[in-house]
Amino acid sequence: MTALAALVRRDVKIALRVGGGALIGVLFFLTVVVLMPFALGPDLALLTRLGPAILWLGALLASLLTLDRLFMADHEDGSLDLIVMGRVPLELACAAKALAHWLAAGLPLVIATPALGLLLNLDATSTSAIGLTLLVGTPALTFTGMIGAALAVSLHRGGLLLAVLVLPLSIPVLIFGVAASEAAIGGFSFGAPFTILCALSLISFVIGPFAAAASLRHGLD
Amino acid sequence: MRLSGRGIRCMRGGRDVFSGLDFETCAGEALAVVGPNGSGKTSLLRMIAGLLAPAGGSIALEGGDVELTLPEQAHYVAHRDALKPALSVIENLLFWQKFLGGDASDARGCLATVGLDHAIHLPAAYLSAGQRRRLSIARLLTVRRPIWLLDEPTNALDSAGQSMFAALMIDHLTRGGLIVAATHMPLGIITRELPIGSAS
Repeated sequence: MTALAALVRRDVKIALRVGGGALIGVLFFLTVVVLMPFALGPDLALLTRLGPAILWLGALLASLLTLDRLFMADHEDGSLDLIVMGRVPLELACAAKALAHWLAAGLPLVIATPALGLLLNLDATSTSAIGLTLLVGTPALTFTGMIGAALAVSLHRGGLLLAVLVLPLSIPVLIFGVAASEAAIGGFSFGAPFTILCALSLISFVIGPFAAAASLRHGLD
Repeated sequence: MRLSGRGIRCMRGGRDVFSGLDFETCAGEALAVVGPNGSGKTSLLRMIAGLLAPAGGSIALEGGDVELTLPEQAHYVAHRDALKPALSVIENLLFWQKFLGGDASDARGCLATVGLDHAIHLPAAYLSAGQRRRLSIARLLTVRRPIWLLDEPTNALDSAGQSMFAALMIDHLTRGGLIVAATHMPLGIITRELPIGSAS
């Protein structure tokens, strides 16, 4: 347990220090959402209607932006070799790394949502509903994205390949995240899409670490 | 404790690097893997560390901890030194101490042994190549592992650093440790040589 806690603490610490890249995701999220009203024009009703989709797309792209560093940095400096050799099961180490990545890059997106909701003419109920769906859904983005990050390390390709691999996996999360948010705004049943979103997150917690660890083991050289 | 390999074959990029390699080494002994560049010294170390699958043959450890695999009982020091530039010297060392687990010793004491106690709070980004190597050596000391796998361990070390490291290796060997080192330069200790990739 101390080993995993140490890994989480180290990764969060590195992400929050200068050049760590935790803030880049939030800044990107901010930029995308702030630009939307300028692009769509001052139609308040339209902004309200598109609000959940804009926030979710912004969060998805922002989380993708920082994901390729998840294993690549450790691979480049040799840390990954020692993590693979260590006594901690690789699956748990992967889960700890994903958790740290979410704490440093995913959670700030959720925290920024209320402020951005104002820009999109969303009321308090809508904003809190979207915030809740992002809180539940962004871990799923990180844990499924981790599979792509591990593959990118094994295949020695980063960047664009990661986006191509990860985006299809995140479509269900996007669908149910936006569906739950719009249900809350429109007064439909919030429970059904929200529980499916929770289920998607739980599935990704199980599959993500095993798939990433398998990919890392297979791709070693 | 006895580490041995039988008929090991190494393929890199579809090309045979070496094949039919046998070696054997016992506790208290240092094995120096020597050979020209590209002869597969690093690959052999990575195979022992479980980071590269041999294309043939087998590597076995007898007399170690039966609960643990060979890589879990080994330290690996290589060119890529697993240091995070954003973290300080002591943060880097304490992280590996906690993550690797096992019998740990005082991290600050280890830094004093390798001559880095004056730079404890310096970010690793500002360390020189020799200082980085000293910090990697401190990782060997901070958690006890019976097998040391060393890839060019004395690179970038000054002569004082080399003799300090030689003393540490002798200490490790007398406590029943085992060393496999890939090297071009003499390590300053008595070793048995394993030549690979000779002009055959």
